[in-house]
Amino acid sequence: MIGAATLAELRAALGAANVRTGPTELGLYRRDASNMYGAAAVVCLPESTEQVQACVAIADRHRVPFVARGSGTGLAGGAVPPDGAIVVVTTRLNRLLSVDPVNRRAWVQPGMLNLDLSRQLAGHGLHFAPDPSSQQTCSIGGNVANNAGGPHCLADGVTAAHIMALKVVLPDGTLTVLGGDDPEPDGYDLRGVFVGSEGMLGIATEVCVRLTPNAPAVTTMLFDFATVEDGAETVSGIIAAGIVPAALEMMDNLCLQAVEAYIHAGLPVDAAAALLVEVTGLPHGLAADTERIVEIARAHGVRTVRVAADEAERMLLWKGRKSAFGAIARIQPDYYLHDTVVPRAALPGVLRQVYEIAQRHDLQVPNVFHAGDGNLHPLLLFDARVPGTLERVHQAGEEIVRASVAAGGVLSGEHGIGLEKRDYMPLMFSAVDLAAQESLRRAFDPHGLANPGKVLPSPATCAEVARVPAEVAEQSWI
Amino acid sequence: MDLDPSIDEFAAEVGPDGPVTIAGLATRGGPVDGVRTVMAPVGVADVQPAEMTVRCGAGTPVDELDAALAIHGQAVAIPPSGTVGGALAVGRSGIRRLGYGPVRDTVLQVRYVNAAGEVVKAGGPTVKNVSGFDLCRLMVGAHGTLGFLVEVILRTRPRAPFEQWYVTDRPPADVQRALYRPTSLLWDGTYVWTLLEGNADDVAAQAQTCGLEPADDPPELPTGGRWSLPPGELGGLAGTGRFVAELGVGIVHHEHPPPERPVDPAVAELHRRIKHEFDPTGRLNPGIQIL
Repeated sequence: MIGAATLAELRAALGAANVRTGPTELGLYRRDASNMYGAAAVVCLPESTEQVQACVAIADRHRVPFVARGSGTGLAGGAVPPDGAIVVVTTRLNRLLSVDPVNRRAWVQPGMLNLDLSRQLAGHGLHFAPDPSSQQTCSIGGNVANNAGGPHCLADGVTAAHIMALKVVLPDGTLTVLGGDDPEPDGYDLRGVFVGSEGMLGIATEVCVRLTPNAPAVTTMLFDFATVEDGAETVSGIIAAGIVPAALEMMDNLCLQAVEAYIHAGLPVDAAAALLVEVTGLPHGLAADTERIVEIARAHGVRTVRVAADEAERMLLWKGRKSAFGAIARIQPDYYLHDTVVPRAALPGVLRQVYEIAQRHDLQVPNVFHAGDGNLHPLLLFDARVPGTLERVHQAGEEIVRASVAAGGVLSGEHGIGLEKRDYMPLMFSAVDLAAQESLRRAFDPHGLANPGKVLPSPATCAEVARVPAEVAEQSWI
Repeated sequence: MDLDPSIDEFAAEVGPDGPVTIAGLATRGGPVDGVRTVMAPVGVADVQPAEMTVRCGAGTPVDELDAALAIHGQAVAIPPSGTVGGALAVGRSGIRRLGYGPVRDTVLQVRYVNAAGEVVKAGGPTVKNVSGFDLCRLMVGAHGTLGFLVEVILRTRPRAPFEQWYVTDRPPADVQRALYRPTSLLWDGTYVWTLLEGNADDVAAQAQTCGLEPADDPPELPTGGRWSLPPGELGGLAGTGRFVAELGVGIVHHEHPPPERPVDPAVAELHRRIKHEFDPTGRLNPGIQIL
């Protein structure tokens, strides 16, 4: 599909060793952590901004689609290559370029791993606030593309709030800076639209991130409830009381049972829901917030209150939350993870619908999610070896997405739209709304070469929700 | 309460053709002269304290919104005066940006009227959302050149139980390192003023540790020009005239207008294309140059 001239130019620009067309590489890069796949023509491994620029310029010259790829941990198919595309892998661009610890910002390359950045900043008492559950393996560039979230985004905001400037290669190969490390660059907020654009407006090659001071003190609590409603009302009560915890995570009964069987942390396996609450800050405010949060939980019928006495107990409580996915693998070999957001007040009602949908399709659906911002993560468990199962999983998933949007929610809180939810976009946006998003895309990429076919439904599929090719994910994260 | 006028009435007023400009309360420059003027709907439509969100008409005065939220102990990080839509269209933050974040981060969903007179929705009503391109941020700071804001959903924040301004003559970097999440840090070349918020005992303890003296108010801000510098370059302001700089942010309130800044041709070209896509005939707030 890709021409010999294109390949020759790529090899000349990057060196033959960094331009791969073998079946192993093409197979490896045909998918991300979702269950969808494409067919790359060539995989490029640039080692500098100039080499990224060369890849894009060559793609533009030959009118070949290209897709940027970080660690490939995305769950919505955003990095799945369009057929015949040039895959531009950013993993070798993984350096921390500069740090200003006083003004709390750093320039980093896009292939740097999220957790590596925070580790390298530990000596300054700083960290990068977005902490998706894949943070050990996901890249900053991927975080930018997906506007990634994580448990601690409740208080500190998602990736968009932590990106000051981006050096980007535009789809025609031009290199420029969007935003700035000054606070009010002139003109439109091009930085703002680039974040979360899922690789469709160009490729970032350097990222100026805002850094967050590590909290001087932290308190972690675990509550459990006889009903999901009690847990959800506790969440709403905490927020309405003017407290924004650093994290507010919920696990339902099925999830608690699975996790306890796996890690034996003394979790309440007979509870309908458990709530993990973490507050951070200075000591007096922390004590006052903790006391108030416990009062609110008691007012909503909390059964047991467990406040971590020390760091070891705190880690144990978090271990329960973070082990959910490993634990669930013991119930069924496969899972399909969804990601929608609903108003906090709608959580109990939508969860009830999730349970009904699960029952109707004969599926087990444990839930472990960011309750503080209403970000649901139903896990549809199944065994792909059983014929017909995948169809039920997809049908149930679609019903969950529809129920979330009908409750005043949105299609995705942090995983993005990619291929997975592209054809659901009309559930949330009118044709006029989508046309406006198309205009932005056209302004950046008139020839439509940057990661085409993602996010925006083509007019042909607007009318009905179409299927994307699917196979089963072996591993994924939330 | 309902918006007045309604969203559809406002869209009809904007209409599909002819030059048109949007007016608010004229605290940030006002509409374009000599062009047909429209005003966005007014009204705080829906306060949701447990969601930490509020929906209001873009023509709502910031003070009116603030009063409606104060009842629930909440606020939005939009600087006072004028209308909500005007503050967003201009996109400038207040002196509490260090603690509250920039104005653009408060916007969850917008409805705007496009150049064809249609109502367009961008973003979503929940506090977390990555569904589609972030056109909300494109509208913030666009000065009404891409569409006229009609109705917005904003993220609110809790009001702090206590706040106090302090002043010190310690070097700026020392103060920046020593304080945990101050709401504001202002420097005039000699003194550093800081606003601390939160639990009163925590505030007092921080002030004592850092040797801060209580101050009644922040310093008066020079109004000759608003500069935007990388915060690491604020030290270079010495000798440029009278100024108050926002440490850790980079906004400088200066007695002189800001120095000219070069515009990257690639960025200029993107602006031209975006304007052409969103307003091909240049009818919205004609004549306003945003670069």
